[in-house]
Parts: sequence; C-alpha cells; structure tokens
Amino acid sequence: MSPLLKGHGLALVRGGRMLFEGLDLELEAGDALHISGPNGSGKSSLIRLVAGLLRPAAGRIERAEAALADNLLALDRELTLSRALAFWKGPRLGDAMRAFALEDLAHLPVRLLSTGQAKRAQLARVMASGAPLWLLDEPQNGLDRKGLAELDEAIAAHRAQGGAVLAASHTPLAGQWRIMELEA
Amino acid sequence: MTAALIVREVRRGLHGAAWLPVAFFLLIATIVPFAVGPDARLLGRIGGGALWIAALTAALLPIERLIEPDRADGVLDQLTMTGTADEAVGAAKMIGHWLTFGPLLLIAAVPGSFLVGLDGPALARSLISIAIGTPALAALSVAVAALTAGLPRAGALAGLLMMPLAVPLVIFGAAATGDGESAALKLETAVALLIVAGAPFVTGAAIRAART
Repeated sequence: MSPLLKGHGLALVRGGRMLFEGLDLELEAGDALHISGPNGSGKSSLIRLVAGLLRPAAGRIERAEAALADNLLALDRELTLSRALAFWKGPRLGDAMRAFALEDLAHLPVRLLSTGQAKRAQLARVMASGAPLWLLDEPQNGLDRKGLAELDEAIAAHRAQGGAVLAASHTPLAGQWRIMELEA
Repeated sequence: MTAALIVREVRRGLHGAAWLPVAFFLLIATIVPFAVGPDARLLGRIGGGALWIAALTAALLPIERLIEPDRADGVLDQLTMTGTADEAVGAAKMIGHWLTFGPLLLIAAVPGSFLVGLDGPALARSLISIAIGTPALAALSVAVAALTAGLPRAGALAGLLMMPLAVPLVIFGAAATGDGESAALKLETAVALLIVAGAPFVTGAAIRAART
C-alpha cells in the first residue's frame, strides 16, 4: 500500500530565514506523527506546507486527500453552526457532530461559539471531510477536558480505520505517536 | 463546490449591503445636474459619461468585502483543501458578486438615465451599454479585491488600481451611450469579454501570492 504522505528533502524559507531543510516525512495508514518544537520553529509552516498552502524551497511532497484544522475558523459567523459546517459538504457531517458533541450547538449562530466550541467545530469539519490524512495545527487549543477526550477518541478511531494524522503541538498528545522535533 | 460558493456569495451579498452601490450610483447621477446646471442639451451630451463614472465608483464600494474577509478567516485555504482551484474560486466569486450587483445596477440605471437627461433612444443605448459593462465591472472588482487583500489601506489602494484598469471600458461604454452608429458598443463588448475572461486567472494568482 502506498503511504498517505511522503515528503522528501523538504526545505522551507520564511521571511528570508531557513526554517528547516532536508526534512523527510512518511505517514502510512494508521500512523500518527507529532511535530513538536519551540515557538517559531516552523511547526505551523510545516503543516501548511504539507497542506499545499506553502511551496517548499526544495523537496517534493506527495499526499492523499487531506483535511486541515488550523487557527482560522473559516465558518460564516451569521449562520447557524450546522448550516455553516454543511457548506463544506463533508460526507460524514452527522458522525462528526456527534463525535465532538456539537448537536446541542447546531442551531447556535457561529459568532456566539466560545473558543473551545469553535475548535471542536473545526475538528468536526476535518472528520466530516472523510479525508484519510488529517493535518491538525495545535488541535488542543481551547479544549476542555471533555473536548480533549473527544479529540483523542476521534484520532484513535480515525487511525483504526486506516487514516493518518499529522499534528503540530507543543504539548503531549494521548496515544502512541511518533515524535519529530523541530529546532528553533 | 463552486456552485455552493456562488450561492454563498449571493446570500452574503444580499445579507450585506447590496443596495449600497446602487444608492451611491443614483446619488452621483442626482448630483450631476446640480454640478453642471439644468441645460438639457449639455446634460444629454455628457449624461452617458456621467452615468459610467457613477457606475465605476459604485463598483468600488463592495471591493473590501469580496476577498479579504475570506482570506483572513481561512475560507480560501479550506476551499483549496477541498480541491477547488483558486481560479474557480475567482470565477465563482465573480458570478456571485455580479448577481447581487449587475441586475440591481441595471434597474437603477433607468432612473439614473433620466436624472442625467438621457431619454428615448439614448435611454435604450445607455441601458445596453451598462448591461454589457456590469459583468466586467464585477470581474474587475473581484480581481482588484484579490490583488489588494491583506494590504494596509486596501480600500484606497483598490480605487487607485481599479480606475486606470477600467479606462478602456469607460471609454467605449460611454461612447456607446452617445452614438448608436459607431462601433463603440462592439468595442465595449470586446473589452468586457477580455476582462471577464482574464479576471479569474488574475484573481487565482493573487490569492496564491497572498498566501503566507
């Protein structure tokens, strides 16, 4: 089986500074890779690079269909949560809203969501997409204990179903993760 | 995804202030007779040009809400993640924006034409000229919105960028309101087609360039 993500010899330059070079990545079905490192080490940039939103200065990336949750909400504030999420046409939206306990918030306008609720909505969009590769940038930000448990459970289920997760975080994540440390 | 995006653009356009450019357009058309005086012959001669200046300035108003909010909120990034090309996003935004801008402006052009002293055959010519011009104005608005997204003082910059780009359209559009015999209407149509065909590519490239 071909890997879900394969990056070879990746280098990224931001603002005239080389964030990293010669970086190799490979994620197979069921894999999870935790990118850690201090602030400014390029964790978020690596996620955006893999997402295809940034171009590498060198190297090559091949990946399966991916879904991204970063720190941008990308949901229309004036709509209810269920309608705003439905815009993204995720085939597994119902499952995802259940997994992140969003059913009670479905009729609330997005602008009224708290930080943690908004984070859960973003994670639900990733899950709803049905994409095999999840790209999560600081997925734990703003989540309470229950939200963290929902996140761990969703990641475990996704991996069990043959998906892969690439997460950037400066705090530990539950479960078995390979860890890649970026240097500042 | 592009169909959903068009629907979303229309909803947001109507939810926002779709009437604002139209009110602005009519206001300028109202001011013209005050500025040049009530001489009906003079007004009739400059009316077409005045109407086009009104339409162009009205097209500037919505620019700030067309691309920048979606860039800042990550909507453009998420659209990329769904496999939608940036050019397709540009085209969908153009269509969605035109639907809330073009027809309303065309309706407003009827009283607007009377206000600047155009009636009879001149009214018909000005309506045709404006009708052909609105898709190009909408396309230019979206392209300029993408080019200025994320820049400081983007609103003022957008005006500076858009007005020179619209010069050929204004020349032929205004000429087409004056003389039915000339080739101005054909040239206006040609310029409008060129702008409409090119704008999605400019928009797509600008969206990519603005990604950091």
